Amino acid sequence: MKVNVGVTVNGKKVTAEVEARTLLVQFLRDHLELTGTHVGCDTSQCGACVVHVDGKAIKSCTILAAQCEGTNVVTIEGLADGDTLHPMQEAFRDNHGLQCGFCTPGMVMAAVDLVTRHPQPNEELVRERLEGNLCRCTGYHNIVKSVVAGAEAMAR
Amino acid sequence: MYDFIYHRATSIGGAQSTFKSSDDPVYLAGGMTLLPTMKLRLANPSDVIDIGQLDGLTGVERSGDEIVVKAMTTHDEVAASADIATAIPALGSLADSIGDPHVRNRGTIGGSIANNDPAADYPAALVGLGSVVVTTSREIEADGFFTNMFETALEPDELITAVRFRIPEAACYMKFPNPASRYALVGVMVARTNDGVRVAVTGAGPCVFRVSEMETALTADFKPEAIAGIPVATDGLNSDIHAGSEYRAHLVGVMAARAVAACS
Ligand code: FES
Ligand code: FES
Repeated sequence: MKVNVGVTVNGKKVTAEVEARTLLVQFLRDHLELTGTHVGCDTSQCGACVVHVDGKAIKSCTILAAQCEGTNVVTIEGLADGDTLHPMQEAFRDNHGLQCGFCTPGMVMAAVDLVTRHPQPNEELVRERLEGNLCRCTGYHNIVKSVVAGAEAMAR
Repeated sequence: MYDFIYHRATSIGGAQSTFKSSDDPVYLAGGMTLLPTMKLRLANPSDVIDIGQLDGLTGVERSGDEIVVKAMTTHDEVAASADIATAIPALGSLADSIGDPHVRNRGTIGGSIANNDPAADYPAALVGLGSVVVTTSREIEADGFFTNMFETALEPDELITAVRFRIPEAACYMKFPNPASRYALVGVMVARTNDGVRVAVTGAGPCVFRVSEMETALTADFKPEAIAGIPVATDGLNSDIHAGSEYRAHLVGVMAARAVAACS
């Protein structure tokens, strides 16, 4: 069955006819060619697919595109302001918060939501709140550092 | 995932009539269990009725000696509710321990209890706090709501609209999470209410259950020592690669004692 989906993605209104079973992540990657959002596990564990729907971090592999009708979706591509990286992206770069980079889009999107709720997170809170994001490279240390530094930069 | 017919419900009545006229329908709330199940092709509904955009089904209210949580309220909203933090902090922290932050942003209380996963946290909260499930047609005591593994007293098309939690004198939820999945290997809600103590266990058996011997002992003397010698029968408890039934039975006692200690 086909359904019509109308969503705002990174500030742009898009409408498309998709199969009802299309997941949001497939819609973003295959239909809109926004391949910054990754699929690591496809079983709602790794968090590589995290995007914001109406300002909240969600796993885009576990939501239908049709469920997002009328919502405002922000992906990693929508964070930077032109050529200027978002402070959280800049913090990941400065603190070597990535190695292969596969988990990074989800980490950054999760981190931005985390800082919106907890403007000054300490290391412990960051570790706890990144429970839904897995990284197989960094050992998390520099990711946590990046999020704490990104939070400080976002407050400035 | 197999193909299906998608319906976006615009009213509760509309959702129910679509349900009745469909072949093998299912309601979609937050989708945190249903969608993974469909992706694994363990479920293959003909029709998916999305109730996620219905008005009036979210929010938390305090009314008298009760907290009312509407069915589509997310775990995140329960965890963040100031009313719940004041009246039943154990409920807020239980919600904050479900899944991970992204799952809590989508998963709903109604979806979780309608699914009745044996390792879900909310069944322990509802039974432990002596809650009432409000549906489109009636009110169901939590004790009679959870009937068996993945089974509830709900009629096929019946929709949960809210859960009413009685505010206890004190309550605490202690969970021993599976280190990999973070689901409750054993979770125990202990609540001290004006008509006695309730002890509800999730994760250990196929369905949430109460431990009446512990309730009697704790009603007489609300101390961890009061339940120290009370054995939990291993009959019917879950046994798998993560934990055998004896280990789970032992954990029930440990978690219950910790919950009591944290209450008093
Ligand atoms: S791809 Fe969505 S959580 Fe891993
Ligand atoms: S940087 Fe490689 S998975 Fe995180």
